[in-house]
Amino acid sequence: MTPPEAPSAPPPQGGATSGPAKPVPQWHASKPVILAVLTLVLLAVPPFLKNYGIYLFTYWLVFVIATMGLNLTVGYAGQKSLGHAAFFGIGAYTVAILMKAGVSFWLGLPAAMALCFAIGLAIGFPALRVQALYLAFATLGFNTAVWLVLRNEEWLTGGTFGINNIARPSLFGLVLDKPLAFYYFTLGVAILLAWWLWRLLASPWGKAFTALRDNPIRAESLGIDTRAYTLLSFAIGAVYAGVAGALFAPLVEFIEPAPFGVSTSIMMYLMVVVGGAGYFFGPLLGAAVGVLLPEWLRFAQGWYLFVFGVAVVALMLWLPDGLLSIPERLRARRLAKAARAAALAEPVEAQA
Amino acid sequence: MTDLLQLVFSGMATGSIYALAALGFTLLWQASGTVNFAQGEFVMLPAFAMLAFGNLGLPLPLAFLATCVLAIGVLGWGFKRGIADPLLKFGLMPIVVATIGLAIALRNGVRAGISAQAFPFPSLFADKLFTLGGVTVSLADVGTLAIAVALVLGTQAFLARTVTGRAMQAVAQNTESATVLGIDVPRMVFYTFAINAVLACAAALLVTPTYLAKFDMGESLGTKAFFAAIIGGFNNSRGALLGGVIVGVGENLAAAYISPAYKDAVALVLFMGVILFKPQGLLGKRVERKV
Repeated sequence: MTPPEAPSAPPPQGGATSGPAKPVPQWHASKPVILAVLTLVLLAVPPFLKNYGIYLFTYWLVFVIATMGLNLTVGYAGQKSLGHAAFFGIGAYTVAILMKAGVSFWLGLPAAMALCFAIGLAIGFPALRVQALYLAFATLGFNTAVWLVLRNEEWLTGGTFGINNIARPSLFGLVLDKPLAFYYFTLGVAILLAWWLWRLLASPWGKAFTALRDNPIRAESLGIDTRAYTLLSFAIGAVYAGVAGALFAPLVEFIEPAPFGVSTSIMMYLMVVVGGAGYFFGPLLGAAVGVLLPEWLRFAQGWYLFVFGVAVVALMLWLPDGLLSIPERLRARRLAKAARAAALAEPVEAQA
Repeated sequence: MTDLLQLVFSGMATGSIYALAALGFTLLWQASGTVNFAQGEFVMLPAFAMLAFGNLGLPLPLAFLATCVLAIGVLGWGFKRGIADPLLKFGLMPIVVATIGLAIALRNGVRAGISAQAFPFPSLFADKLFTLGGVTVSLADVGTLAIAVALVLGTQAFLARTVTGRAMQAVAQNTESATVLGIDVPRMVFYTFAINAVLACAAALLVTPTYLAKFDMGESLGTKAFFAAIIGGFNNSRGALLGGVIVGVGENLAAAYISPAYKDAVALVLFMGVILFKPQGLLGKRVERKV
């Protein structure tokens, strides 16, 4: 009994519907070097920055954590989710409300994770029934619903006034309220979660996720429990967003419904696609673009979002597979050139 | 009871406007697999264009016609050539992202370039109220409903009865066979984009007097149109009308009897209910999976 499928679109003009299959994470010779440089930068640079710079770095890491989860849902499992910010909000509010009630951050965090996992599973259920496009709308709508609850249920969330004076957590007796301390704490969490995701993707589970993305019907025929993996990809992605939210609340120390609306979800989705959906390091780049672009575009003032929108369209037209597909495209171009050269050389040899 | 009837009626009027936007959306999807997340902005832009032509001294009907011509060029041809054609070969995701980006750009371009204010918009209808059997209805509601329903049914008739319409349907159902039969596929797909642009202009004409012309007016309109299209059935043009009316009426009733704060969640709840029990929508046909 297979779940009924949403009406599928006619194949678009041009025939090919699927992009090139993306690789599962593999070690390249260059990767350790890149990783080492990256780690060094992340460890050594922030102490030389002003508070605002450190804040931006931390903010970026929070979004890296969130988009890592979305990259699993969208990039690896191929589930088009446009409601990721809802989980981000659920995580942030869970921690904030519990901390206001006097519960420690260290109990709030697992609570936020568990709640996001459960709700992520529940949201995954419609995904079993419907296909890509409907799912995008369902998750978008879910995000709106969560946002409405955050805004309207004042007794719980403080409504539009939000929740302020959220304390920074302490770790082993160290209070992390200095910007730098909190940054290193966030970095630690991000590295831990990245390592865990890496392990997950390199395991048979990861292969199952990508099989689900590339050809759900074939995956099913190979005996992969597509239902379970669809639900899991949502739930695990939601947990990452929940952790990001739980870090976001103490970082900004004041939360209100606005940052957890549909626009943030769309932003996160863009971060994943811009970085390169289904590339492990995509979120690092995507979140950097998403967080830093507003800073760079300050000169545009009122026109900033217009410029941003145009940039997104231009980027899609130029690089529909995201920034990390550039090396592959260059390689493909080189191969094509070589093939052309070979083809040109052949008739000459034939004459000789 | 009369309250209920009044709510239902004005809900039907609003819903018929959702249906116009939903219909264009459905047609684009069927003909070319284009998903337009900027559909709401395609209604917002013509509203501003009509105001601009009005400021030049054109009467509303002429302003509407001029806007339609402009829209067919920019929102029809320009959108197809500039965004849909280059991206469709990469599948669904890039086009979704690009049209989201387009929506952000259009919304904020208007906000920064024109104004963040809401502008009043002339209504087609006089400010009159009728009483029918104890129910008070406004001329605007009656007129809106009549025009929107006529447009949806007219589009349907065009698709079902004319040679061009049937050719467009053939392209939507099976592009390769249509090509073999000698149908000019690119032209038919362009017609779909053009019809979508005109329907969006009509929706703008009907909705703006109540919504006011504002840079973000398309945001909720677009989302509701999608939900309406899916509730009714995504591969069925009449479904757009049914879905639109259901969403419009449901919103009105929820705002009155449950809580106005959750009015925007109505479309979502209905949508969730429908896709869990009938994923193809209320009037949609089952489409089997292609392996």
